[in-house]
Amino acid sequence: MTLRQPTPLRIRPQGRFTLTRAVLVTLLVAVLAASLGGCSSGNSRAGSTDTTTLSGSLTVSAAASLQAAFTEIKSAFQSTHPEVKVTVNLGASSTLAQQIINGAPVDIFASADEPTMTTVSSAGFVAAEPVIFATNSLAIIVRKGNPLEILSLADLAQSGLIYVTCAPTVPIGNYAEQALQKARVSVSPKSFEPDVKGIVTKVTSGEADAGIVYATDITAAGENAENVAIPLDRNIIARYPIAMLTTAKNTAVATAWIAFLISPQGQSILRGFGFDSP
Amino acid sequence: MRKAHQTQKRAVGLNRPPAVIITIATIAVVFFALPFIGLLLRVPWSNAWSLLTTDSSLIALRLSLETSLSATALAIVFGIPLAWVLARYGFPGRRMVRALCLLSLVLPPVVGGVALFTAYGRRGLLGDPLFDWFGIRLPFSTAGVVLAQTFIAMPFLVLTVEAALRGVDRRPENAARTLGASQWFAFRKVTLPAIRPALIAGAVLAWARALGEFGATITFAGNFPGSTQTMPLSVYLALESNPGQALVLSMLMIGISFVVLLSLRDRWLGGSENGENSL
Repeated sequence: MTLRQPTPLRIRPQGRFTLTRAVLVTLLVAVLAASLGGCSSGNSRAGSTDTTTLSGSLTVSAAASLQAAFTEIKSAFQSTHPEVKVTVNLGASSTLAQQIINGAPVDIFASADEPTMTTVSSAGFVAAEPVIFATNSLAIIVRKGNPLEILSLADLAQSGLIYVTCAPTVPIGNYAEQALQKARVSVSPKSFEPDVKGIVTKVTSGEADAGIVYATDITAAGENAENVAIPLDRNIIARYPIAMLTTAKNTAVATAWIAFLISPQGQSILRGFGFDSP
Repeated sequence: MRKAHQTQKRAVGLNRPPAVIITIATIAVVFFALPFIGLLLRVPWSNAWSLLTTDSSLIALRLSLETSLSATALAIVFGIPLAWVLARYGFPGRRMVRALCLLSLVLPPVVGGVALFTAYGRRGLLGDPLFDWFGIRLPFSTAGVVLAQTFIAMPFLVLTVEAALRGVDRRPENAARTLGASQWFAFRKVTLPAIRPALIAGAVLAWARALGEFGATITFAGNFPGSTQTMPLSVYLALESNPGQALVLSMLMIGISFVVLLSLRDRWLGGSENGENSL
């Protein structure tokens, strides 16, 4: 009994100290977040024809290949609707689909292919008919300077070449397989990366020689990689569907996001990143 | 000294903790147990065996066993001398060296994988000459998996063995030396047997960590069935294509880890053994 007394006395001031620190850290983070948010929404507020004020938060799960485009679209959307906070969750479409089916609190799903969207809709998570908002084509990504002189899909079959791709469950893995089949080329991959950005990273870092990715990814990779075009008749057109999910809490904001994406402004941003309008 | 400390601890341990503490501890236990119970309920037991014995599962299982055992062997070969040096010799910068060697213990494994690239990748500091001179390429190879696993798992062995070397009674070793044994002989015949339990514990922990390695492996060595796709990678991939198989493989990994931890109970807990006995 007498032993117990001092213990809480010794612990409490310590606890209070860490609590104060935690509060301070939280406040600091909040202040930083607020100032950052202020930056992004202060870009261009002009040109908005919207009359209703939308507010709340929106979570968009989007295919990894949409990374750069959706980052831009997010800031354009937020300057039109400064009261809305958008979070873009990127990954392989197949991974995102599993997250949604397992109950991730997501409002909108933008997939890099239609089969993956079908997976989500057959599980009963799609609220309204998906809309195709963009198309993309495939290209071969090779190392800077193209040291192996890869000029076509057939060149990927040369021995010793390190070709990386994604599993066929991931849209790009499936598209790449289709393209190789169409060209009657048999290539043995060295690795199945988690998503298309994984392929890009392996090539830009010089660990892999080549991979088949979306044409838009090579634009995003900059000067660390080179693009070998696949002729139109050999190419596969990737169609990107988007849909509001049954888990969407703020349907007005979700509807506005999709409308923005297919509006001339949204489409022009997508084209700026190399996507085509459907 | 140590004995007195233990008896004192045991006397305190006889008092039952307050109800609040027991309640909070129970919540913590439930927190840990629930995910495993959830997994157990979801596993498709009816065809679990057939899922476990599919080619893809067996290939991943075999690769995992081969690579993790190789990584453990490397960890023992390099880890014991490293622990010996860290425990016995006070050289300038020892704390820095220890922190450096244990860094991968706390680092996110993906970061470890990226760091491995810069050293052992095709254009890495060592990877570049390795390829030019010997044609050895570590990324996308089974050797790369072993390297990544060793990088992540060895600190477990070093930490355990170093602690044991510090705690061991040095008098028998010194006696052996005065009787004419060489330093190496005394270490091998006197000290090493004395720290055997810690050595085994460290090796098993390192092995378990290597078996479960995911981040550094997928980042550095890639992911391909038969050459680099170990069990954890296989589970991750199967989650999208064949969830049933992913669950069965997960169960197997949990089973292995659980058995390992149970067998280590006394050895790993070391100084606090008495605390557990009094429960």
